[in-house]
Amino acid sequence: MNFSVLRRRFFGDPLNALLSLAVLAAALLWLPPLLRWAVANAQLAPDAAACTALEHGGACWGVVVEKARFILLGRYPDEEAWRPLLAAGLIGAGWLLAAFRHLPGRTLAALLLAPPLVALPLLGGGMAGLAPVPTELWGGLPLTLLLTGAGMAGALPLGIAVAYGRRSQLPVLRALLTAYVELARGIPLVAALFAASFLLPLFFPEGLALDMLWRVLIAIVLFAAAYLSEIIRGGLQAIRPGQLDAAAALGFGYWQTQRWIVLPQVLRAVAPSIANSAIALFKDTTLVTVVSLYELTGSLSLALSGDPEWRPFYLEAWLFIAGVYWVGCGVLGRVSRRLGG
Amino acid sequence: MARPQSASRAVQALLIVVLLALLGLLVATTRAHLEERGIRSGFDFLFEPAGFSLGESVLPFEAGDTTLRAFVAGLLNTLRVALPGAALALGLGILLGFGRLADNPLVRGLAGVAVNAIRNVPLLLHLLAWYFILTDLLPAADAPLQLAPGVFLSKSGLALPWWGDNGFEIPEPAGFGIDGGASLTPEYLALLFGLTIYGAAYIAETLRGAVLALPAGQRTAALALGLTPRQTFLLVLLPQAWRAALPPTTSQLLNLFKNSSLAVAIGYPDLMAVAGTSLNQSGRAIECLSIVIAVYLLLSLLGAAVSHRLEQRSLRGGPA
Repeated sequence: MNFSVLRRRFFGDPLNALLSLAVLAAALLWLPPLLRWAVANAQLAPDAAACTALEHGGACWGVVVEKARFILLGRYPDEEAWRPLLAAGLIGAGWLLAAFRHLPGRTLAALLLAPPLVALPLLGGGMAGLAPVPTELWGGLPLTLLLTGAGMAGALPLGIAVAYGRRSQLPVLRALLTAYVELARGIPLVAALFAASFLLPLFFPEGLALDMLWRVLIAIVLFAAAYLSEIIRGGLQAIRPGQLDAAAALGFGYWQTQRWIVLPQVLRAVAPSIANSAIALFKDTTLVTVVSLYELTGSLSLALSGDPEWRPFYLEAWLFIAGVYWVGCGVLGRVSRRLGG
Repeated sequence: MARPQSASRAVQALLIVVLLALLGLLVATTRAHLEERGIRSGFDFLFEPAGFSLGESVLPFEAGDTTLRAFVAGLLNTLRVALPGAALALGLGILLGFGRLADNPLVRGLAGVAVNAIRNVPLLLHLLAWYFILTDLLPAADAPLQLAPGVFLSKSGLALPWWGDNGFEIPEPAGFGIDGGASLTPEYLALLFGLTIYGAAYIAETLRGAVLALPAGQRTAALALGLTPRQTFLLVLLPQAWRAALPPTTSQLLNLFKNSSLAVAIGYPDLMAVAGTSLNQSGRAIECLSIVIAVYLLLSLLGAAVSHRLEQRSLRGGPA
């Protein structure tokens, strides 16, 4: 690119020149103080007195060092910390492999959907010599990843079933499923979580009382499945009739056609949209703090709200958490693009 | 695939019977639970005193007022943040979208970084950050920041010139606070800023997607006719793209409306927060939640219907 092209792009006409100058001026004005705050004057050691002495002239990254254990793992017992770490590692490794390796579809699905189901007994314990840990104590990053992963693992099969149900020959079934999908898509997730928190205990008989984590997981699965069913329904509608005719000509029955001809094409076509739903769910898991489950965002508030010494450095801890979400969304976004999105 | 008619009827009848049985079981268990806890059911509590107060309300509300009035006040608070939020998000989103599509690489890069940074952080974190900034980092009300003549920002919120008891009032610092005009609370501002910025980033992407989805020949042809890149964008690409952008944009605005329920997390008394408080007060979980769900559902369906009408009109090539 030679000089004249550069000049035309940045200063081609008065408006363009003005915009370029404005962006450059803003950068010159704000970048140096920002870098001074974030890097040059920053305090890395977890020393509250030293941080306070900075008077916010520099970032206190020490708060992240000091609170990392609590923010990342929540109230999970210290001596069992390897379990949430391993659970988060398993789920995270699945995401990373899906984002950075070319893998056949079935391996990919197993990598994304199986680890959350392994993480559940790993965190819960009570078997194979693992001490039981009540779900109220689960928290932090493992809980965020678990709610996302297990939510998708539950919602995907349900979403496929609902999508098929809405194409059924039975008007009653169709109407019921349509009502369910419209209901779930018409209300905010917070309402669904409130319902899980306050209504589900009323609906279940005495012996079947579920704790909050399971109720929330049910709400998340039902909520996400409604959105996924719409995505899959769109995919089903896009299958060309010739595919069905060809399958029939080969002597395939209904279920054989669906299993070997239709579903593989649908899932391949809508895979990027499914990954985008996973991103949305990953961010939506933050809402479970309104029903007192302390995933990453909740444990941030829990770590700092009752601690006057570190509370002033909320912004630094916030930036750390935002960074974690940013990386998570980035990895899932890469999965979506890799799948053709 | 086609089953005989009678078999299909039998399956449906069976389906209905099973569902009714489940429903009956559900009602029976719920009844038993409610009786056990000594909770009465019914909507009569709506006409009894609410027994709680609201942090703020457009509709005048006191603790002695009925629960029904509290719900109406909550709904008005929801609309008070969601409607301006939607308008601001639309405006900012269009600006950001133009930035994403700009010829100038600096502007394009900056808009791209902004949109991705905003979208990759959950809305709740946006709200918590704004709330912290507005309530912890700002100066106290006795030493407010003056943003413009008569506009003051402090820990107690934003004071603006507005019509009050004495006609049009301009706020003035007075002792420990600010007198006159209108004041917006930090809770309201945090929710408004968060919803606006988060919604705008999504609307920007929608707009960009719609423009990029146009056939490449449109741009080439316009340039070949001698239009400048800016004319091409404004006169050829945009008028075609906005039709494609309309349905996803309205669905983003509906998302913004539903997302306003995150008010619960920062203590702004919207419909969801009122329902939560009332639920804790009265124990009428089923009633409170069915009201909330019905209202959100109704407004969502209404929004979807309006969006559908707009789409039909734009497809007919009506007045743009």
